[in-house]
Amino acid sequence: MATATFKIWRGDASGGEYRDYTAEFDQGMVVLDVLHHIQAEQAGDLAIRWNCKAGKCGSCSAEINGKPRLMCMTRMSTLPVDEPITIQPMQTFPIIRDLVTDVSSNFKMKRSIKKFKPRPPDTEDGAWLMDQQDVERVQEFRKCIECFLCQDVCHVLREHHMHDEFIGPRHLVYAAALEMHPLDTEDRVADLKKLHGAGYCNITKCCTKVCPEHITITDNAIIPLKERIADEFYDPVTKLFRIFQPKKK
Amino acid sequence: MPDAEVRVSLPQRHFGETARTDLWWLQPLVVFLGLSGFIVYSTWAAFQGAHYTYQGYLSPFYSPEIFGNSRHSWFGPWPLWWPGWLPYSPAFLILWAPGGFRLTCYYYRGAYYKSFWAAPLSCTVGKPFKKYRGEAKLPLILQNVHRYFLYLALLFLVFLSIDVYHAMWFETPEGVVQFGIGVGTIVLLINVILLGGYTFGCHSLRHLIGGKKDCVSKSFGGGKPYDCVSCLNRKHMLFAWMSLFWVGFTDFYVRMCSMGVFTDWRII
Amino acid sequence: MAEFTTFEHDVLVIGAGGAGLRAAIEASACGCRVGLVCKSLLGKAHTVMAEGGMAAALANVDERDGWRVHFADTMRGGQYLNNWRMAELHAKEAPDRVRELESWGAVFDRTKEGRILQRNFGGHQYPRLAHVGDRTGLEMIRTLQDHGIHQGIDVHMEVTVVTLLKDGQRIAGALGYDRERGRFRLYRAGAVILATGGIGKAFKVTSNSWEYTGDGHALAYDAGADLKDMEFVQFHPTGMVWPLSVRGILVTEGVRGEGGVLRNSEGRRFMFDDIPDLYKNQTADNEEEGWRYVIGDKNARRPPELLTRDHVARCIVREIKAGRGSPHGGVYLDIGWIKEKISNAEEHIKKKLPSMHHQFKQLAGVDITREPMEVGPTTHYVMGGIDVDGDTQMSTVPGLFAAGECAAGLHGANRLGGNSLSDLVVFGKRAGEYAAKFAKEHGQPTVDQGQADDAMRDSLAPFDRAAESGAENPYEIQHTLQDLMQNNVGIVRNEEEMAAALDGIAKLRGRAKHASAHGHREYNPGWHTCVDLNNLLTVAEGVARSALERTESRGAHFREDHPEKVSDWGQWNLILRKGTDGAMQIERRRIAERPAELTTIIEEMK
Repeated sequence: MATATFKIWRGDASGGEYRDYTAEFDQGMVVLDVLHHIQAEQAGDLAIRWNCKAGKCGSCSAEINGKPRLMCMTRMSTLPVDEPITIQPMQTFPIIRDLVTDVSSNFKMKRSIKKFKPRPPDTEDGAWLMDQQDVERVQEFRKCIECFLCQDVCHVLREHHMHDEFIGPRHLVYAAALEMHPLDTEDRVADLKKLHGAGYCNITKCCTKVCPEHITITDNAIIPLKERIADEFYDPVTKLFRIFQPKKK
Repeated sequence: MPDAEVRVSLPQRHFGETARTDLWWLQPLVVFLGLSGFIVYSTWAAFQGAHYTYQGYLSPFYSPEIFGNSRHSWFGPWPLWWPGWLPYSPAFLILWAPGGFRLTCYYYRGAYYKSFWAAPLSCTVGKPFKKYRGEAKLPLILQNVHRYFLYLALLFLVFLSIDVYHAMWFETPEGVVQFGIGVGTIVLLINVILLGGYTFGCHSLRHLIGGKKDCVSKSFGGGKPYDCVSCLNRKHMLFAWMSLFWVGFTDFYVRMCSMGVFTDWRII
Repeated sequence: MAEFTTFEHDVLVIGAGGAGLRAAIEASACGCRVGLVCKSLLGKAHTVMAEGGMAAALANVDERDGWRVHFADTMRGGQYLNNWRMAELHAKEAPDRVRELESWGAVFDRTKEGRILQRNFGGHQYPRLAHVGDRTGLEMIRTLQDHGIHQGIDVHMEVTVVTLLKDGQRIAGALGYDRERGRFRLYRAGAVILATGGIGKAFKVTSNSWEYTGDGHALAYDAGADLKDMEFVQFHPTGMVWPLSVRGILVTEGVRGEGGVLRNSEGRRFMFDDIPDLYKNQTADNEEEGWRYVIGDKNARRPPELLTRDHVARCIVREIKAGRGSPHGGVYLDIGWIKEKISNAEEHIKKKLPSMHHQFKQLAGVDITREPMEVGPTTHYVMGGIDVDGDTQMSTVPGLFAAGECAAGLHGANRLGGNSLSDLVVFGKRAGEYAAKFAKEHGQPTVDQGQADDAMRDSLAPFDRAAESGAENPYEIQHTLQDLMQNNVGIVRNEEEMAAALDGIAKLRGRAKHASAHGHREYNPGWHTCVDLNNLLTVAEGVARSALERTESRGAHFREDHPEKVSDWGQWNLILRKGTDGAMQIERRRIAERPAELTTIIEEMK
């Protein structure tokens, strides 16, 4: 058993402060375990959103020592305990209470992206044929557990609150999964430029760094989308080519 | 109970403020020093207009030499109509191309937005300004020209490869040209390899060679070229820095040989 | 009285996991106004934890597969206590549901020909599980979620339902509160679908999240519906055992499907020592044949690690009790050994079992490509639940439907891995369809204000008790209950312990009446725990009472005082019902006679 001090942000929309809690922890414990002990013994009303406690649902997102992380996947042994550990809610989102934030904006953003529209089935029995290689590119994006840590860390949303102009890394990944889906026939490129503000991303890659699922958000999702936008809007030569090319659909 | 509909997040942080306890400022600082150092050296070297060849070697800052006095020059000495207020340096005619390629490169963009513009300095660190336009509007929307610089950069790889060939021919004091390989040849060769690694890992190339297709397996070459580019792309940052350092070093090496400070050892 | 907001829906779906989402989509497609209530955020439900895959006889990998084989496998796994109609429908409709998911954007792993790849799993005769690495559940819930958000469904996130409302005999809606602010919400609905999942939180070691408090079971029970087969709780053989804080987290059966083997501390593959008669013909008797099966040899029989979960779990317990366990009270599960057989083993493991690799690396500091995992049984799934009609999924209360884990029938005495994901979509769809039909035929009910007032008063009572002397800490009651169930109604049961459990539960029920919450109603976890206690106590009592009644060992239910299977018990389901005095009543109900055609299939496949 060792001891650590936590500076936990307590409060709600009207304001709050950091409060210190000292708790014991065991080998192998994660931050969420210690918070649960604090909740059961010292602060019965400490609000935490959590669910699977196995890094699969993406509910317990918070900022630990300034870094956006899942509390259930941050082992105590990886943190320096000689000084207090700061735990605060995600800064990008409105506070509900303590460590719980209102992430509902994400659900609205997602709805603004055109839904999946497959081509007709390839076989008589209604199945499609796809190559594993093509599937894998999309599967990487579909690993997303929607913890919204990338939305939290993205300075466009975090510092400039441009939620209306920019859909953020999570939804660019979602859009990429749809756009690059081997079966999909919908075109979202114009939306991505105009409605979803892909141009606001300045590829500083903070989203990639915080992703608990290790999705290469910037290189594999956002930049390829930027290139598709460039094809469509900023590249007169490919545009010219396309005029003389037969339509594929 | 607070008003249910008021929705606020935590107070904004001031410039440089963060709850991070690690050395978050180290990386932007190193990037800043590295890029600044290269810019200072390359500008200085480009202004020299001299000591850029030695034997068959040609400094990559000066390749291709469009006008100039060395045997590498395409069109011979400087034309008479060249305005006097412009520097007489072959580097100025061409350096914009590889420079533009790096300036609009997706890796460098992210890196210098952080370390030069503090947009942001590092993840979750407070920013100095409130307004933000990103790459959605002018001027940074121009970064979309990257693919055109890519075409040029690919062309430059050809020139630099030819330079390696030229670097295999040495003149004896008697004036006879003979085949040989010197340390400089190797330096130039490594330069091409590293630049190749950097250029062929370009995000735009990755898109153009297959990434733009939803079914990569049905793209050019059954998706194999795409896989190769993707593989290099994963190490894009590494190649960006290695090739940046090496291209500077190649110029430095040729310059030092030309100035007689270094002796170029012949291997063959 | 407390204030509330009223919402009007034709169909109200409670629970937004795979079954709830699928039901909501279907009801909405039938033209109903649908409300979808979830206890946490949309897309976080426990379905995300499902790893291995969804069983459907697509016959993409082995053309000998078909619905008949799948049906027979499910019945055999369930020791013939299953609702045979559900098993039949499930086997027939699962392939369509898989293809439907694909048409909504799901991206399954592929065969070389480009079709959906299927993997081996315990109790399935052929490779049958459509999968996406080891995160199939996430793929399913995300697909349904992304499809559902465009369907015009009203989603009520982070809402706990405290009671169902009735209009005479039929269902009339539900009352709940939002966890965010603690405000009450009344849902008026012509039909209600329960899709609330399981009861894992009644036990100490479980792979289930905090949400799994048996809400649907208790809501239906309190509304007068029958519960069935509650004694059958599945203990997944492989959960993590170390570090302590992650004890119970699931280790997918996919590890064994990909060639993982179980060994005791002496290094022996103990699963070869005890192969039940029912499976003798289908199980390899040597290591070499087992490996051939893993790599796809169609003539090889499956390794004993892939026997049904109940059996594997009991074998593990036996090894541990005999002192042949690992240092932290488990046994070893080794996948790294396959490097002896294939050259790119490390890469293969990371590709096929990415989240397992990640989970052990991050939480336990173990690299599964090199070191064996320490695993032990963990409470995973409840086969029993709300008694429903096989075709319509309607419970014994008119207008109240149930689908997914909270409904009973499909799995009988033991569920086969992979059958739950397909269960969700097959019966989620059916529940949605028939609930919509019911709502349209019967119109909107009237809601009795008195029922709502009572429920609100009961829900708020914990706050009033905070100042009382003798106020109880709800967390403490919950932990005591979990210990009690784990120790007394666990994998190996006997009369004495279960009787003690029932005593204990009765005492805890008394204490729960004094459970108190401090502070206010906004996102107050202490309060939420108080509200969940009733549900946990109800399902705990149900499990213990049924388990005590069934004096035999069958499937997941093992009694050391009655270790044999009794063939007469194979004719009976156990039904729980709330009596007029409020006490739990139990009765035996004979299983409906099977059509000859289905019996023939079962006999042929034996």
